[in-house]
Amino acid sequence: MNAPAKSPLAPSRRGFLAGAASLGFAFTLGDLGGVATAQAAETSGHAIGYWVTINADGGIQIAMPAAEMGQGSSTGLAMVFAEELDADWPKVSTLDIATRADIYGNPAFGGALITVGSKSIQGYWDKVRLQAASVRRLLMQAAAAQWSVPLAELTTEPSVVVHAASVRRLTYGEIAAFAVVPAELPAVQKSELKPMSAYRIIGKPVARRDIPLKVDGSAKFGMDVQVPGMAYGTILRSPVEGASPKKVDEASVAAVPGIIKIVPMKDAVGIVAETIEAAFAARSALQVEWGAVDFHGYASEPALVQFVERAKKTSEAGLPYVKTGDSDTAFTKAAKIVTAEYTTDYLYHAQMEPINITASVNAEGDGAEIWMGTQSQSAIIGAAAAILKTKPEKITLHPHFLGGGFGRRSAPDMVPYALGMSKAVQRPVKVIWTREQDVKAAKMRPMTAHRLEAAVDEQGNVTGWRHRIVAESVVAYSAPERLAQAKGLDPLTLEGAKIDYEIANQTISYLREIRGAPLSAWRGIGAGHNKFAIEGFADEVATALTVDPVAFRLQLCKSNPRATKVIKTVAEMAGWGDARPAERAVGFAFGKVVDTWTAAVIEISLDRETGEIRAHRAWVALDPGIAVNPDSIVAQTEGNVVFGLSQVLKERVTISDGSVDQTNLFDYRVARMSDTPEIHVTVIPTNNPPSGMGEAALPLIGPAVANAMYVLTKKRFRNMPLIPQRVKATLKDNGSV
Amino acid sequence: MMTVDFKINGKSVSISAEPDTPLLWVIREHLKLTGTKYGCGAGMCGACTVHINGRSARSCRAQLQDMAGKSVTTIEGLSAASDHPLQKAWIAEQTPQCGYCQSGQIMQAADLLQKNPHPTRDEIVRHMDGNICRCGTYPRIVRAIERAVKEG
Ligand code: FES
Ligand code: FES
Repeated sequence: MNAPAKSPLAPSRRGFLAGAASLGFAFTLGDLGGVATAQAAETSGHAIGYWVTINADGGIQIAMPAAEMGQGSSTGLAMVFAEELDADWPKVSTLDIATRADIYGNPAFGGALITVGSKSIQGYWDKVRLQAASVRRLLMQAAAAQWSVPLAELTTEPSVVVHAASVRRLTYGEIAAFAVVPAELPAVQKSELKPMSAYRIIGKPVARRDIPLKVDGSAKFGMDVQVPGMAYGTILRSPVEGASPKKVDEASVAAVPGIIKIVPMKDAVGIVAETIEAAFAARSALQVEWGAVDFHGYASEPALVQFVERAKKTSEAGLPYVKTGDSDTAFTKAAKIVTAEYTTDYLYHAQMEPINITASVNAEGDGAEIWMGTQSQSAIIGAAAAILKTKPEKITLHPHFLGGGFGRRSAPDMVPYALGMSKAVQRPVKVIWTREQDVKAAKMRPMTAHRLEAAVDEQGNVTGWRHRIVAESVVAYSAPERLAQAKGLDPLTLEGAKIDYEIANQTISYLREIRGAPLSAWRGIGAGHNKFAIEGFADEVATALTVDPVAFRLQLCKSNPRATKVIKTVAEMAGWGDARPAERAVGFAFGKVVDTWTAAVIEISLDRETGEIRAHRAWVALDPGIAVNPDSIVAQTEGNVVFGLSQVLKERVTISDGSVDQTNLFDYRVARMSDTPEIHVTVIPTNNPPSGMGEAALPLIGPAVANAMYVLTKKRFRNMPLIPQRVKATLKDNGSV
Repeated sequence: MMTVDFKINGKSVSISAEPDTPLLWVIREHLKLTGTKYGCGAGMCGACTVHINGRSARSCRAQLQDMAGKSVTTIEGLSAASDHPLQKAWIAEQTPQCGYCQSGQIMQAADLLQKNPHPTRDEIVRHMDGNICRCGTYPRIVRAIERAVKEG
């Protein structure tokens, strides 16, 4: 019956562009009007607005704007909607991932459909609740009219409107069958939303809806797409960023049966074949001569030395990111100054599912269908429309599950190759990157160097803080105009650089390097490198003041109850201060990451012969505001500990002569089960809007390990990762620490 | 090109492809059983784990030409109604995150329990260490295996 009501949420192209750009994506979005039909209309239920359909039997389907890559947002957002709708949770399911940004976009990103920065629950928190409250209000109004009673006399119970005075009840399913849905749903004020104390669904551990599909192979990832008549494709991308194929020797693959076409493109050669095995075999055999580009001369190890030199050369001020008080005076008057340099290396995402995309360009070349798992429906549709010089409504995107995102699937860099190959052979093509290609085309977390200084007065108070960050800009690679908008202060590279310590005089500055390395957000974003430097250094200052590291942080967070609570909780969980077994030590780190107050303690041991560090136990306490699905928060935090240990102990991309040295998972190693410590997580919910949970603990694991290493060895480990050869070199080094 | 007859999930199949075609692609793209995943193609991650003649194996390292007469089980054939004790335990422990590695994890774990119905924690870790989970679900994989051992 009901045509979906016109959205009360007016599409704002300008807002959308700003939002998409703030994430670091450069592409033309074109006209965003009417990208797809309202997805709520595609089920048999009665659509009430764009966000929900309700069946006569009480089944409720909720629109799903966020990608599901294991973080649990598809269940969490449905919980938030169902809570405010007062729906009967077991009857709730979700619709396919939305592709219409004008309706379903994330307000945290100016209305783009994008799942990054742990901002799905946070960004949609008000929007989804207000939508759900409007639907509930409409159902109540319809019941009031039916019974001819005042709206004020009605209440709801799970999926039922109740008139207590006359003991009458109507289920949501019954009401949906007769309700007339106006063009605009009734408006509800934020002040009318349910208080935390009334929650029935939020705050209880809820089984994730996607999990049953992930134990029997039925979950469909991008890789699993099967389109009738499709061919298979893969790419051989230039090993050096930006180089073009100069000469492609087709004879080199003549012996491989089933090759359909070799397609030279801007910085890659596409191989289209009848089978994936043929495409992969041809990729190994294909001989290509690549053009020269400046990046050929780049090598990461000497560059890092230069980064450190620049960080130390304080005559160059850099761009001020934070400037509070008067740090110059604080340092002039200081009784003691503590100084150190930290570094972090490039990292690769190593998401389990290599990049893949299936595309079918139409015969006219002005439209396409695309099947894939992506963190940004908006980026994919925008990029495809720009490449085909067409309107976004000519691009149909079928979103699938993501076999890991972690930032790697936020950019549309795989789109041009797939469109190019499909166009060249006039067939749908499933393009799969080999793992080797995925590694070589890494979009890395930036390599960074840091110089930190703390000024301490006669009484032992920290009066000044200086932090100089030398790194390339992530957004300069992915969306250069965004760097200009931010006045040169890259929001991704600098994320997490602000400290949550009560220090009056601070100068935090950015010294941008321009080297041309391909970069992107990586789980934890800027906090991943910045917190390593900040929290390692905070420990050094505590040591210089002969104060216990936890007591030191508590002093610096005196007037912050949320910080104090997580610090004290984790210290208690870990038995901070207790005696440890021989050759074991604990290290601590704290920080606010994606607005979640987090503290971590790691217990490690060290094999002094091999330089290998082993983590035995980990404790994390966090305050995420309202904890929507507490079990998902615990699961995410366990994953953060494992991922965080992986990056501090094992992971490292090096670049020689402009190309990534690593090739597959044998030389880019990630944490395995035997590397996993016993993990204890305490979630401390507070009545604050929910904050991000996908990457809160990760940035604290590195510094906690480095700080534990100091306890064990009395040496500071200031270069991440703490791989065995570095550990051994530092242990041998008798210099000052 | 060669034609090879073997069994998959109890059914006889006859596949014509290049002799050195990885079993992984035969399963995923020729037979469209997409529960088995491609992770590295190099035996490093375990995403492609299946059972060959009842033992776990990396399908990316097995070739079509070696499959004649063999019997292959994939995640789709592990149980009739997705109710293998490991699958039930995996749900009870809310183990998967992105889920991409989990078919391989479950097939690897099923092989362990066949050989050793009451593994110690060390035995679990040793048996499972070749299977990467980038999302870091290892603690829940261990718990799920221990639950399956208990609840059978
Ligand atoms: S895909 Fe076979 S082990 Fe990785
Ligand atoms: S659940 Fe994502 S790789 Fe294991």
